[in-house]
Amino acid sequence: MSTQDIKTSLCRLILQIAPEADIDSLDPRADMRDELDLDSMDFLRLLTSIDKEIQVNIPESDYGQVNSLQALTEYIAKHRPDVSDNTE
Amino acid sequence: MKQLTMPSFGADMATGIIAQWKVQPGDKVQKGDIVASIDTMKGLIDMEVFDDGVINKLLAAEGEDIEVGQPIAQLTLADEPRSATEAPKHPQAPLGQKSISAPKDKHQSRNPSAPRVDLASDSDRFPEDNEVAGRRRISPAARQKAAELAIDWRQLQTGSGPQGAIVLDDIMTMAKASTGEAHYPEADSSQQMREAIAAVVSRSKRDIPHYYLQQDIQLDNALAWLAEYNQGRTMDERMLLSALLYCAIAKALPSFPQFNGFYLQGRYQAQELVHLGNAISLHGGGLMVAAIHHAQQLNPAQMMLKLRDQVLRAREGGLRMSEMQDATITVSNLGDRGTDSMQSIIFPPQVAIVALGRQRCVPWVVDEQVSIAHIVTVSLAADHRVSDGHAGARLLNKIDHLLQNPELLI
Repeated sequence: MSTQDIKTSLCRLILQIAPEADIDSLDPRADMRDELDLDSMDFLRLLTSIDKEIQVNIPESDYGQVNSLQALTEYIAKHRPDVSDNTE
Repeated sequence: MKQLTMPSFGADMATGIIAQWKVQPGDKVQKGDIVASIDTMKGLIDMEVFDDGVINKLLAAEGEDIEVGQPIAQLTLADEPRSATEAPKHPQAPLGQKSISAPKDKHQSRNPSAPRVDLASDSDRFPEDNEVAGRRRISPAARQKAAELAIDWRQLQTGSGPQGAIVLDDIMTMAKASTGEAHYPEADSSQQMREAIAAVVSRSKRDIPHYYLQQDIQLDNALAWLAEYNQGRTMDERMLLSALLYCAIAKALPSFPQFNGFYLQGRYQAQELVHLGNAISLHGGGLMVAAIHHAQQLNPAQMMLKLRDQVLRAREGGLRMSEMQDATITVSNLGDRGTDSMQSIIFPPQVAIVALGRQRCVPWVVDEQVSIAHIVTVSLAADHRVSDGHAGARLLNKIDHLLQNPELLI
């Protein structure tokens, strides 16, 4: 899995939770919850689907590290052993 | 015999569309069974039946937009002798089967949530209702849709229904031909919802003398309890602070009946059970309130399950009618990205609404020492015809007390 794959998967999972989210124009470094208007329940659902589909469990104490799409991608890359970062 | 009518899913609903019948004439139903899926501004809602019996006749077709209170089906009650004149148990042409062969997706808009148009055979369902206009026949649903879309159906020489009757499908074809695309009123459903909300809040502000109280409630005990609870739990089991807040409100209310009930026809009727209305903002605009039944009996884990399930169904369809109708009080939660506090508008015929601001850190004085505390501002708007500020303050203090002792919520 590459970081690009992670980002693609994340976008898909976000759209499942907030179908009307304008993900194409989302600044990957912006606060994702503010930009996409995700409430705490949406965010919990997103993390639940990440756990199920990407097999990364993000503990509550790390929520502060996954505020943006970029940060979330990097967090997952760091916590999945199989990520080959060949996109940069 | 009992008439089933188009249910109201809140004071702000005027009409609903039968998106799909889940029963056919001759079907036995039991209390709680889902008989139809109703499309409203608030999405698809499952309509339940409140008696045991047999569906005798369907009076409305799928796709029809029907006013609240109008009959949509006849039910023969289980304890009532069936007369020979009622519908045969197995009608030769069950309603559903005909429509299966109809090209029902033909005119569906690209939006998957658009109401299904499934009425190719509506005219022969209701031959007695067909209007003879000049020499052309048109089904009621088709006539209504034509009026809605401002289509002159008289331009049609003949329709595709029996004996040339004009049916909804024909109107949709005309609509499509005139615009290049079927334009179902879905397009302005958000405006409809806006108008409905406007009507209900205006009525509330006009009729209900609101008074407002608010209290800053320290959350450190609740947050510590929550952190311990969530430690090591899987995502599916993880709890949000909202679950604790909702539990505290629900468990405080039974001691304060003047906030939990309905003001109807000039009289207040307190309700024994707390059905906590959860105000859910919909992605893409609008708002709906869904009741969490018997909320005072739920522990935080059960409350969390309810909240999770309900938000999902509110946004993706599948809320039940009873959830839309039974709320005895509403909670409006601005969430952790909201503002510090909010003064809300009561949802009639309820008499109180509790608003939760965002959780935040403030300097807090305890025993003349300043420390940092996490707090939430809990606001109450209540109906002064029914209660006074003194009782409201006691209710907020009770909620505060419960949140300082989260073990009381279990």
